[in-house]
Amino acid sequence: MPSQITVRIDGVLCTATEGQTIFEVAEANGKVIPSLCHMEGVSPAGSCRLCLVEVAGVDRLLPACTTPAQRGMAVTTTSDRLVRHRRLALELMFVERNHVCAVCVSNGHCELQALAMSLGVTYVRYPYNSPRLPVDVSHPRFVLDHNRCILCSRCVRVCDEIEGAHVWDIGGRGIGSRVVAELDQPWGDSQACTSCGKCVQVCPTGALVEKGYGVEEMTRSNSAVARLAMKKGAAS
Amino acid sequence: MTKARLATTWLDGCSGCHMSLLDIDEALVAVAPLIDLVYGPLVDAQEFPQDVDVAIVEGAVSNQDDLEKIRLIRRNSHILVALGDCAVTGNVPAMRNPIAVKTILERVYVEGADTGKGIPTEVVPALLKQALPLHDVVKVDLHLPGCPPSARLILFVIKELLEGRVPDLKSSARFG
Repeated sequence: MPSQITVRIDGVLCTATEGQTIFEVAEANGKVIPSLCHMEGVSPAGSCRLCLVEVAGVDRLLPACTTPAQRGMAVTTTSDRLVRHRRLALELMFVERNHVCAVCVSNGHCELQALAMSLGVTYVRYPYNSPRLPVDVSHPRFVLDHNRCILCSRCVRVCDEIEGAHVWDIGGRGIGSRVVAELDQPWGDSQACTSCGKCVQVCPTGALVEKGYGVEEMTRSNSAVARLAMKKGAAS
Repeated sequence: MTKARLATTWLDGCSGCHMSLLDIDEALVAVAPLIDLVYGPLVDAQEFPQDVDVAIVEGAVSNQDDLEKIRLIRRNSHILVALGDCAVTGNVPAMRNPIAVKTILERVYVEGADTGKGIPTEVVPALLKQALPLHDVVKVDLHLPGCPPSARLILFVIKELLEGRVPDLKSSARFG
């Protein structure tokens, strides 16, 4: 049986089970660490860099979602330095692609937008990249809009780990990275896709959406997918 | 008490932010005695005046005329507020940015025209390569995002500025 350990989070002593990540321990103790790629029930990716925390004795910042809590660790989840880094990460997401909130189906229900608001990002300091990106409407029920994608990979993980279809992957390199269906083909041509819509439900932005919704109309149920993940975890 | 000299204008925008400004409704009565509205769509002044205390600008910088206007506004104003997403991010006007200007103009004025085909060279100001947020061109003192920002937020910003404070928009203003 994994042993119980004690870590200090923002000065408060917290009990944790060995193997739990800093993110999980913080969450269990009522601490909210911002994140866009973390999702309960699927493996962590550490891709969004918003959950960066300070660990005493470690110079660089560490992602809370992929760093295991260790005995005697002292973690700081919020500081001026962390807010600076989190804002920077958010701003770079906004400049990388075309997040036009005002005309997005997810306006008002978007985790990227909400996080910008709570971190006080009222403008972006860097020039917009304004790439020309495709919108894949080949699937009969869903749309993949690369303009809104932040490459969090929740869709990739939920499709692989919960649905078991593994339709999605991240293709390309660096700034050319894209979510791709199977071997980079139109989503509608995918043989593996079961059209379950889990990827759509967990997308934090307006990148994966259901057809037929107008601006602000797309809402999601991330928690329903998380419940499925929990059941799967309990059964295996 | 001297009145604050306030100016408002829009560049490449839809005037929706000004509609939201007017939506402060009865609060206009309370704000009016504190300000001297020296320029804007609601007053007659033709030239942007000197020595403006607060300039509130809606819309992106999309063409040569916008560029000259915003530079003049910046020169003549103490505080410049970017009002709404177009001024803050480029927003809808900037959706053309991934496409070359020439391609857009040909699509609209040549392919899309039934009569008088041809890209205009007079009267209409030349488009810039991209539609830009104000802060890409001039120094902006305060960003108020939103499409449009709510009347409540606009009123809050005006009141705070009139009282000499920098409004704290954390957790209240958002894009979209």
